[in-house]
Amino acid sequence: MTSVILEPTKTNNDEYLQNLVEQNKAKVSAEFLNDLRQTAVTEIQNLKLPHRRDEEWQFTDISELLQTNFQVAQNVELSTEALNPFILPEASASRLVFVNGYYAANLSDVSGLPDGVFVSNLSEFAAYAQKQEFVKYLGQQKGDVFTTLNTTGLTDAAMVWVNPDVVVETPIHLLFLTIISKTAAISQPRILIVAQRNSKLNLVEYYGAVAKNCSDVPRNLPYLTNVVSEIYIEENAEINHTRIQRESGDGFQIARSAIVQSRDSRYTCNDINFGGKLSRHQLDIYQNGEQTETNLYGLTLIGREQTSDTHSAIYLNHPYGTTNQLHKCIVDNAAHAVFNGKVFVPKPAQLTNAAQLNRNLLLSPKARINTKPELQITADNVKCSHGATVSQLEADELFYLRSRGLTEENAKHLLLDAFAAEILDKIPLKSLRQRLSQCVACRTLEIE
Amino acid sequence: MSDAILSVRNLTANVDGNPILKGVNLEIKAGEVHAIMGRNGSGKSTFSKVISGHPDYEVTGGEIIYQGENLLEKEPDERAKNGIFLAFQYPLEIPGVSNLDFLRVAYNARRKYLGLEELDAFDFEDLVEEKLKVVQMNPSFLGRSLNEGFSGGEKKRNEILQMALLEPTLGILDEIDSGLDIDALKIVANGVNQLATPDNAFLVITHYQRLLNYITPDFVHVMYDGRIVTSGGKELAHELENKGYEFLDEQALAEV
Repeated sequence: MTSVILEPTKTNNDEYLQNLVEQNKAKVSAEFLNDLRQTAVTEIQNLKLPHRRDEEWQFTDISELLQTNFQVAQNVELSTEALNPFILPEASASRLVFVNGYYAANLSDVSGLPDGVFVSNLSEFAAYAQKQEFVKYLGQQKGDVFTTLNTTGLTDAAMVWVNPDVVVETPIHLLFLTIISKTAAISQPRILIVAQRNSKLNLVEYYGAVAKNCSDVPRNLPYLTNVVSEIYIEENAEINHTRIQRESGDGFQIARSAIVQSRDSRYTCNDINFGGKLSRHQLDIYQNGEQTETNLYGLTLIGREQTSDTHSAIYLNHPYGTTNQLHKCIVDNAAHAVFNGKVFVPKPAQLTNAAQLNRNLLLSPKARINTKPELQITADNVKCSHGATVSQLEADELFYLRSRGLTEENAKHLLLDAFAAEILDKIPLKSLRQRLSQCVACRTLEIE
Repeated sequence: MSDAILSVRNLTANVDGNPILKGVNLEIKAGEVHAIMGRNGSGKSTFSKVISGHPDYEVTGGEIIYQGENLLEKEPDERAKNGIFLAFQYPLEIPGVSNLDFLRVAYNARRKYLGLEELDAFDFEDLVEEKLKVVQMNPSFLGRSLNEGFSGGEKKRNEILQMALLEPTLGILDEIDSGLDIDALKIVANGVNQLATPDNAFLVITHYQRLLNYITPDFVHVMYDGRIVTSGGKELAHELENKGYEFLDEQALAEV
């Protein structure tokens, strides 16, 4: 395969970015966001769009994205009927819906949530008593050019605030849908979650496109979703976070999740990437106190000519921290998966336990994976492991199943289903697990 | 001839281009238990894989007739559905596939093939609980992933459980006894004995005579360098145990 690496001149690239910033500046937001947005506009002048010369973007070519002229998405109404298939029965009255990045109040329903948890759009949140406290958290995690770009246009955002000692059993569903149009549009979802001391939260973040049939099939209608999620888990609090990326076959998604954990807190992320023509998820975890626990489970299932890149970084900065990461990829056809998992264990992070494993299945001769587990350890009394495997379906496993009467197709399906299930089974919502395994079945049965 | 389940004639097979089977002849009739003994590397396991259709084993000559049909034309799953069962020497661990689900899928694949109605999850569970007794297995094994974290003995018992469910016409046991302590060995052998009927047949492949104290073969064959070089009754197994396999080398040298 010959891939043309386009090297836009600096000027082109700057213009491209400047054009998006100008469009963002025109967006009207609540007044208290002006400073934050203005700072981002200033900061972005010193930032550059990534290029494959940048180590962090070495394997992911975004030149196609940079050749598309994106217009800031329009606020379009979505019908209740069109929303229905996305609703999760476990979270039917605990959801916020955003369409093209804009809050859809008529489609959202948080009536099923208990006292002590506040879930709303940013603008409505201004009415809450906690506003002053809450806003301090917003935009504190500095990121790269895409994160900053998101902030330059910050208007709507999904906000979740859980009071101390409140346990929210009902999952909170944050739904970001795109209505695909002929104009290539950029939408910029934003999330801020604060789980106060001793609280507990179950979160589902979902990205998808509205389509009559399966949205996987590309129809040459590109769009871009540029997401920023900031999540704060205070002392001894717990968040289970399921993130589903099911953009359409034409969608680009650039996403950054920054998770800041205080001491004794627990965070689990089930990061599912099935969609998109090209997707990139930068997942940064900062352990900011002793005895924090982080579990990252990832599943990427891609085919056709999809590219999916997961860059995770875990910063263990204190003693007694644990991290456990299992990232799996199933790559078919001419698709390309990228995984880079950094784990930093500096001197103060003594007696920590960090495990990382990346397992990949390549189902076709043209499928590609670039994997780079990366541990940086300077503490001397720690337990750390990492590894990566890349393989095809095991011939012996297939034969074992076939020798029990399963056809080759069924045997393959069973093995892929099992490979995916190890991650999907971690998702606490049954309906979501079922939908995703159906999706795995549907995708993997296409394999000849 | 009509009661022959398996007829193997002049079978030759390669693995990675190396000839391993060099002309195997064997006839198995209904109601018989055959044992093949031989040293490691003599071709015993290869023979079992060729019968069950492992794609890595290339048949270069000869034929296998199973119940009057050319077996070599059939895919591994067709062979299984036709009643051939191979109990693996090293059963594979498949994380994420529940043992119970796997057993049901395999059982129903065979039922469907035989034109019988497939069993639903509840009826199947009743059936499997019944069959667990054959190998004295704890029902908790059903909820676990297929063979994952099973001990050697548990894996082998799980193989016999599968065999008990699938009720094969020809059951092939590839070194089912290796790595088993005497208690597990008795359970496994007893399981096989319970499954033997006048209508089916078993081919027991083993390195050690010990297994044949518990599964009594009608015929014992000795494999050497890809061929069956000696056949006899069960007493041949004892003879081998006493003499060892060395006499075969002398025999082979004498033939040169």
